Amino acid sequence: MVEGRQTGNSMFDEMSGSDGIVRVPYARIAKWIDAVGSDRLKQRSAEAEAIFRRIGITFAVYGEGGDPERLIPFDLVPRVFSAGEWGHLDRGIQQRARALNAFLYDVYHRGEILKAGIVPEQLVYQNAAFVPAMVGVEPPGRVYSHIVGIDIVRTGESSFQVLEDNCRTPSGVSYMLENREIMMRMFPELFAGGAVQPVDSYADHLLRTLEEVAPPACKQDPNIVVLTPGAFNSAYYEHSFLADLMGVTLVEANDLFVDEGRVWMRTTRGPQVVDVIYRRIDDDYIDPLAFRPDSLLGVPGLFDVYRAGGVTLCSAPGAGVADDKSIYIFVPQMIEFYLGETPILENVPTWRCSEADQCAHVLDKLDEVVVKEVHGSGGYGMLIGPKSTEEERATYAERIRRNPSEFIAQPTLDLSTVPAMDGDGIGPRHVDLRPYCLVGKQMRLVPGGLTRVALRKGSLVVNSSQGGGVKDTWVLTS
Amino acid sequence: MTDQVLLSRTAESLYWLARYVERADSTARLIEMGYRMAMLPGSRSAYEWRSVAAAAGCLDRFEDPEGITEAAIVRTLILDNDNPSSIRTCLERARANGRSVRTALTMQLWEVLNDGWRKLELMDSNEVLRDLPGVLDWVKLRGATIRGASTSTMLRNDNYLFLGLGGYIERADMTLRLLDVKSYLLLPEMDVVGGGRDHHQWTSVLHATSAVRAYHHVYRGDYSPWNIADFLILNARFPRSVAFSYSKIEKSLAMLSETYGGEEHACHATAREAVRQLKHLQMGEIFRQGLHEFVRSTIGTTRRLNSEIYEAYHF
Repeated sequence: MVEGRQTGNSMFDEMSGSDGIVRVPYARIAKWIDAVGSDRLKQRSAEAEAIFRRIGITFAVYGEGGDPERLIPFDLVPRVFSAGEWGHLDRGIQQRARALNAFLYDVYHRGEILKAGIVPEQLVYQNAAFVPAMVGVEPPGRVYSHIVGIDIVRTGESSFQVLEDNCRTPSGVSYMLENREIMMRMFPELFAGGAVQPVDSYADHLLRTLEEVAPPACKQDPNIVVLTPGAFNSAYYEHSFLADLMGVTLVEANDLFVDEGRVWMRTTRGPQVVDVIYRRIDDDYIDPLAFRPDSLLGVPGLFDVYRAGGVTLCSAPGAGVADDKSIYIFVPQMIEFYLGETPILENVPTWRCSEADQCAHVLDKLDEVVVKEVHGSGGYGMLIGPKSTEEERATYAERIRRNPSEFIAQPTLDLSTVPAMDGDGIGPRHVDLRPYCLVGKQMRLVPGGLTRVALRKGSLVVNSSQGGGVKDTWVLTS
Repeated sequence: MTDQVLLSRTAESLYWLARYVERADSTARLIEMGYRMAMLPGSRSAYEWRSVAAAAGCLDRFEDPEGITEAAIVRTLILDNDNPSSIRTCLERARANGRSVRTALTMQLWEVLNDGWRKLELMDSNEVLRDLPGVLDWVKLRGATIRGASTSTMLRNDNYLFLGLGGYIERADMTLRLLDVKSYLLLPEMDVVGGGRDHHQWTSVLHATSAVRAYHHVYRGDYSPWNIADFLILNARFPRSVAFSYSKIEKSLAMLSETYGGEEHACHATAREAVRQLKHLQMGEIFRQGLHEFVRSTIGTTRRLNSEIYEAYHF
């Protein structure tokens, strides 16, 4: 989620910079916006929405009444990076993904970073996402998180920071792919001359990644499946979309069973062995014999087969330890500890309310900071200091005092903006970026990722569940 | 990379999707038959509606089976959410099945399944009763559009074959049940020259299967129970006949076997034998065996085939 403060002068707009002169990467876009005009762009927006609806790219919000076939708003104006800017991000993202996986291997084996006193033990061993049964397990390639979604914000021309990591099931990649499809269909002239690096290799890269982590028991071409909770899940479209693009079978728990140390799927030709499962189901629900016994979404016995090397699960159970907000603070140190490198991308400075002195500082400056729940998601349950009332701050302060270790805080950021359709015309809106880094025997990163945009003027919240939208993200070839 | 496999659950969903669409379509035709018959002078409409309800296998859903009205038919056979064979339920389940195996369908097929289903969802009894023929036409058109989308856009792989199989199993079953209910009309001893047999009764059976014009092409207006029974059971060119449906079932199973490297199961032998018999049978033999017995026995074969398909493909 994105938080920021509209400071007018110091805000960095990615198209017009801090001085109003169109930045080089946006030259083509600026000309296009002028040539087409905002009225015509509004019409074409409606067209784009119709296309999305017909294809059925919907996103249902958990726990809300209302339309289960809601669309995530798509903003036509692309967000653009130069090749150079992306090169920097690319290196930083890969570095971070390597460190996170190294951390996971370490905490499920010798725990060196804990012994070295860098990360407090209890943050790991008492972490709700820590799976004790994973201790000692050797995942293929030592990879726990095969798809790492690293959310990045920009606060200036060359200043990028990581907002949070997502090591379990980062979603949204189907939007990244469909956004580009729609843009290419509607505005082919923008892509003339091969100016923009393509993203359509993602599914291919994902397939290669999954193949590369086939389990020891697999003796032939690995059989790969995507495991979905089913058509009632809010991200179902993405599950079926990816399975379709990769040419693999989309399965639900009832299609699978465990026998003789392997996982099998029920086909019209009888049971067929499954080697790699790209699972879009949370740890808690994947196996009623190992985790929540009331889960109807899981396969009994699956976890034991995994531990014994009969199947690979992507991501591995227990990978959530690494994307916990309280662990986030230590990622730059992980980079140094495991890779011996200087972090290329920085964290946003973060205060942990679990530490008395930091908590005091946060309570003192509540009107200036953004406070988040350590175990929250989707942008819910936070306080945006500068935008809150005194009463809201008082209530929130009580919550912090009652349970300080549940909260972290960060300074408000002057987040970059990108032009977006605005009701009447085009205006600046805050954005963030989620690239998807694939980790198999090698790392693969498609240029760009998903740009999420806060659609309401002055709003700082980009989560789709709270009214955010998405944009096509370009990385130029030069 | 291995060939794309088909999950049993997907195959079963496709099979039932087609069965539901066919059931909705056939039920609409049955109701149309009742509607026409009830309008004729001297007819006892409760009696006509009773045979409609019986042919649809829903007689036990009516409070007063001897006093069924058009309104009761609309409520129970068209709109009843609790009746698994009502038209509304069938169309809704066809769509639900399609949604759960969306990637097994082409975009066009999904769009037609999804497109018109809401209309019936939103109608109440009064609206339907105000324009029963219109609603029934709409249902038949839905069936035709869905089948059309399937045959014109789907790759002829196992997905398609399971759709076909479901549709023809259901069609054979529906035609047989209609014959079951009306078989007393089609006995040769009823065919008395100059006798009082109501010609409309015989043609009602043809109406229920949209066979009136086709029948004329073959028999040139010469109505007799013998010919009508022959048309609906043995004529391999009439698309709703038992012989035609079975021949399609046999072909679908043969193609599935070919798709799966030649694997055959009990269902293949059953279908082949049934087709062989129907090809060589004459109406005379059927009447000697007893029309009603023949129809009951063939209904049994169809049910057995359904079970054998379940077993063969691990549903």
